[in-house]
Amino acid sequence: MSDLRDLYQQVIMDHNKNPRNFREIEDANHFAHGNNPLCGDKLVVYVKLDGNVITDVSFKGSGCAISMASASLMTESLKGKTLEEADAIYEQVHKTMTGETADRHLLGKLEVLSGVKEFPARVKCATLSWHTVHAAVDSDHDISVSTE
Amino acid sequence: MRAFDIEQIRADFPILHQQINGQPLVYLDNAASSQKPLQVIEAVDHYYRTDNANVHRGVHRLSQRATDAFEASRSTVRDYLNASSDREIVFVRGATEAINLVAQSFVRPMIVEDDEILISHLEHHANIVPWQMLCEQTGAQLKVIPMTETGELDLTQIDELLNSRTKILSIGHVSNALGTVNPVKMLTEKARAKGIPVLIDGAQAVPHLQVDVQALDCDFYVFSGHKLFAPTGIGVLFGRQQLLEAMPPYQGGGDMILSVSFSGTIYNELPYKFEAGTPHIAGAIGLAAAIDYIQQFGMEVLAAHEHHLLDLATAKLQAMDGVRIIGTAKEKASVLSFMIDGVHPHDVGTIFDQQGVAIRTGHHCAQPVMEYFDIPATARASFAFYNSEQEVDALVAAIKKTQELFG
Repeated sequence: MSDLRDLYQQVIMDHNKNPRNFREIEDANHFAHGNNPLCGDKLVVYVKLDGNVITDVSFKGSGCAISMASASLMTESLKGKTLEEADAIYEQVHKTMTGETADRHLLGKLEVLSGVKEFPARVKCATLSWHTVHAAVDSDHDISVSTE
Repeated sequence: MRAFDIEQIRADFPILHQQINGQPLVYLDNAASSQKPLQVIEAVDHYYRTDNANVHRGVHRLSQRATDAFEASRSTVRDYLNASSDREIVFVRGATEAINLVAQSFVRPMIVEDDEILISHLEHHANIVPWQMLCEQTGAQLKVIPMTETGELDLTQIDELLNSRTKILSIGHVSNALGTVNPVKMLTEKARAKGIPVLIDGAQAVPHLQVDVQALDCDFYVFSGHKLFAPTGIGVLFGRQQLLEAMPPYQGGGDMILSVSFSGTIYNELPYKFEAGTPHIAGAIGLAAAIDYIQQFGMEVLAAHEHHLLDLATAKLQAMDGVRIIGTAKEKASVLSFMIDGVHPHDVGTIFDQQGVAIRTGHHCAQPVMEYFDIPATARASFAFYNSEQEVDALVAAIKKTQELFG
């Protein structure tokens, strides 16, 4: 059971139950749909980009605890960051989820996502929102991404 | 006949005796694919060690033995389904290929724009998509028998749905997502009375019910071997001989011809007309071994044990707080789909796996059913005759563990 506790840490459970920034941004200038067809996770990520800076980011949708918590943590960590900083953070998130050594300082609270490294089938749940936010800022119209 | 002894039966299935994450494996994903008894594994092994060669070709001894074993397997299937002739048993890759074959070779030549194909809301994607493809090709319309909240077919409009434009009724015998046993005999009677041909998708039924195609009086019956304790990649299309004879081949190639020249080709007789290329010989032999295995006990005996497990598990889950069973039809087989309040099915699957309990979580290739209940997915436990009462307890314990973790 120790692995399960690593995956479903208190922070994950809290963000799953009470997701932060779970709302639509009325004047978002970027957004994208993310979809995990096999497990049915679905979300929309909204981004308000001012030049190079993510001034607001939010999401709506439904999915498993891992995908919801990851999306919620993501919005908290990316708000106020530049696109370059956001990329650097995602690089560390990806490292920690695939078992590589990551920069703990850059990760901060996101380190709780490292639990998925023992559950390869769940990595796509944790990365869904990150792929989606990436697609959103890369495009000036609504697009869809899928992690499968 | 061999007496039903759960311990001896479990001893026949080597895969069941292993630990997953330090816990004994509890395999409750039988609706996705079933495990294979030693008798099936050994039949396949024996074939490759002693008889392997191509069928219907060589005059040498191995080819004859391979052909004999392959054709004997066809007879075993014919006997098991109570079809009237071996010519009515076509070996295919699985139920999916069989439905595609019927869609393209039987229905396509006779369907025109605005004709109708009738399926139900409970179908597996394999009994939806081939028909949607046919509709795109021909301009025909796909019509759907609706479902009720218990997961049964809503037959109030059936007399209108079966009409003069309906070119086929293609209906699942047992729902893979919910376990509902559909009244296929009654529906077949209604359809055939109006001259409408009927295909029954038996993928989820054959492992749990004794099927008699003559008693059902259907035109086509299809199933997959791997759900019937046989290898993957082998399946069966039963078709009424008169219909199969009139149908064009589905695929061209070797074995399905009598003679080939560049001015034309004469097709082989039934069932070979539909078996282009070298078939899955070992798979057919494994399928016959699986049927022989079942018949040692009799399907009724195995089904009774399995039904007891389903009833037991249903009663236990109904008594649990925060657990909702999806699919409460009066007549069900093997399948128990459920939701745990506040826990996404995908999380349920991971937590169960940590306890050695293998279940399916997801939409079960039946997304319209999920949409009906407005849920993204369910957790699904599905039983086979080799499951035990202790494994029902393990299922209940895994649910409790999940609730604790998410509590």
